[in-house]
Amino acid sequence: MAIDALRCKECGTEYDLGALYVCERCFGPLEVTYDHAPIGDVGQARRRIQGGPQNIWRYADFLPLEAQPGPSVRASSRAGLPAGCTPLVRADRLAERLGLGEVWVKNDAANPTHSFKDRVVSVALARARELGFDTLACASTGNLANSVAAHAAAAGLDSYVFIPADLEEQKILATGVYGTNLIAVNGTYDDVNRLCTELSADHPWAFVNVNMRPYYAEGSKTLAYETAEQLGWETPDRVVAPIASGSLFTKIARGFEEWLELGLIDGEVPAMNGAQAAGCSPVATAYADGQDVCRPVKPDTIAKSLAIGNPADGPYALDLARRTGGGIDSVTDDEVRAGIRLLAETTGIFTETAGGVTTATLAKLAQRGDIGRDERVVVYITGEGLKTLDAVRGTFAVHEVDASVESFAAALPETVTA
Amino acid sequence: MAVTVSIPTQLRAVTGGDAEAEVDGATVGEVLDALFDRYEELRDRICQDGTLRRFVNVYVSGEDIRFLSGLDTEVRPGQDVKILPAVAGGA
Repeated sequence: MAIDALRCKECGTEYDLGALYVCERCFGPLEVTYDHAPIGDVGQARRRIQGGPQNIWRYADFLPLEAQPGPSVRASSRAGLPAGCTPLVRADRLAERLGLGEVWVKNDAANPTHSFKDRVVSVALARARELGFDTLACASTGNLANSVAAHAAAAGLDSYVFIPADLEEQKILATGVYGTNLIAVNGTYDDVNRLCTELSADHPWAFVNVNMRPYYAEGSKTLAYETAEQLGWETPDRVVAPIASGSLFTKIARGFEEWLELGLIDGEVPAMNGAQAAGCSPVATAYADGQDVCRPVKPDTIAKSLAIGNPADGPYALDLARRTGGGIDSVTDDEVRAGIRLLAETTGIFTETAGGVTTATLAKLAQRGDIGRDERVVVYITGEGLKTLDAVRGTFAVHEVDASVESFAAALPETVTA
Repeated sequence: MAVTVSIPTQLRAVTGGDAEAEVDGATVGEVLDALFDRYEELRDRICQDGTLRRFVNVYVSGEDIRFLSGLDTEVRPGQDVKILPAVAGGA
């Protein structure tokens, strides 16, 4: 077992591995630390991973659990709702359209509840059970709601899911169906989050992104592990990923860093490019202004899964983008819709608005000349297009015809054969 | 003018377990100063160099004071002041 302690990212104070998330001395966030044994034979270590299950538990040695569900325990590593091992797709047509050399799309919509959240929830749930919790809860912008409700159902736990009342209908329906206690809060995500922070103090529940946050966040590292493994145990040169709280963005980099430190993969930490929607861009704004903290905003964007106005990991996302030679950009809602279409038309992958933000940011970087022709770029698509159908309504034409050859020919004369 | 301040569990070790405190003050800054007079150790935990630490959020009647006037935000009778950690939540 390599899990070591909880450690404050700000002041370094260490804590036991309980349901804690805040440093009592300085209020900084707590993070899991590990005590990995040196990797002797790299080939053997890689084969051990490759021999694991086709889900995130193949990386169990690097996740914050005591009794690990895999890879050696085959049955338990396939129980519940296994996440991960999603496709990494070589997107030559997208690269060509943008004048880039090599672009890969990590399609994390291909998870059980169609977003990357299944990774973090799997880890939070496993750790919550180790700590003796029997109820899961979360504050969510939608994808997490789907995931917590589904994983709790699969594991037979009670769940309480808190969402902003104005969430997309698809996300509400795809949460309630699992039989959770669904609470729609009149307010923004930040209001929901504040409420959950207060409730977590006196409810014996595992709030996956509050008191389980140090463990939960670790699940996002598997996005880096998988990418490196799928690229042949190498890091990409550049990563484009969305930023809401900044947790996913910083943990992807952490995953690459850990494996580089252990000597499991070759390369360097990629240039990390963060993507935000202009209607909720506290991190991109702080980046542009040269600030190291984010001023909170009231979100107003169609990218609701990224609509966190008060990003907890904002300072770390800023630091990461700067020290890796990346950056943080924002794109308008119109660019988001265009990004969804661009990805769909060139890769056959239909993403929700967050993926539109990410793709539009890739396009912006390409147009600005920030990406070299020789770079290998990985774009993280974190959620499924069917969750935000309104975003693409009216962005294309439908030909209405009568059920006759004449009517069809009249509507589409260019298709008429001589 | 008495204002009720709610104290998060993570800070109750330095308030003798108190979850709430009634203190006087017309602004958030005055309220916090009055709180620090009562619980001396609290100051260093949530303030650094005279300003709030970056992972501390303060709310007046549910609104983040960074959307109001920061430490100069007025507090009226009947309003509540909440101190909460900023590190929760996220995608």
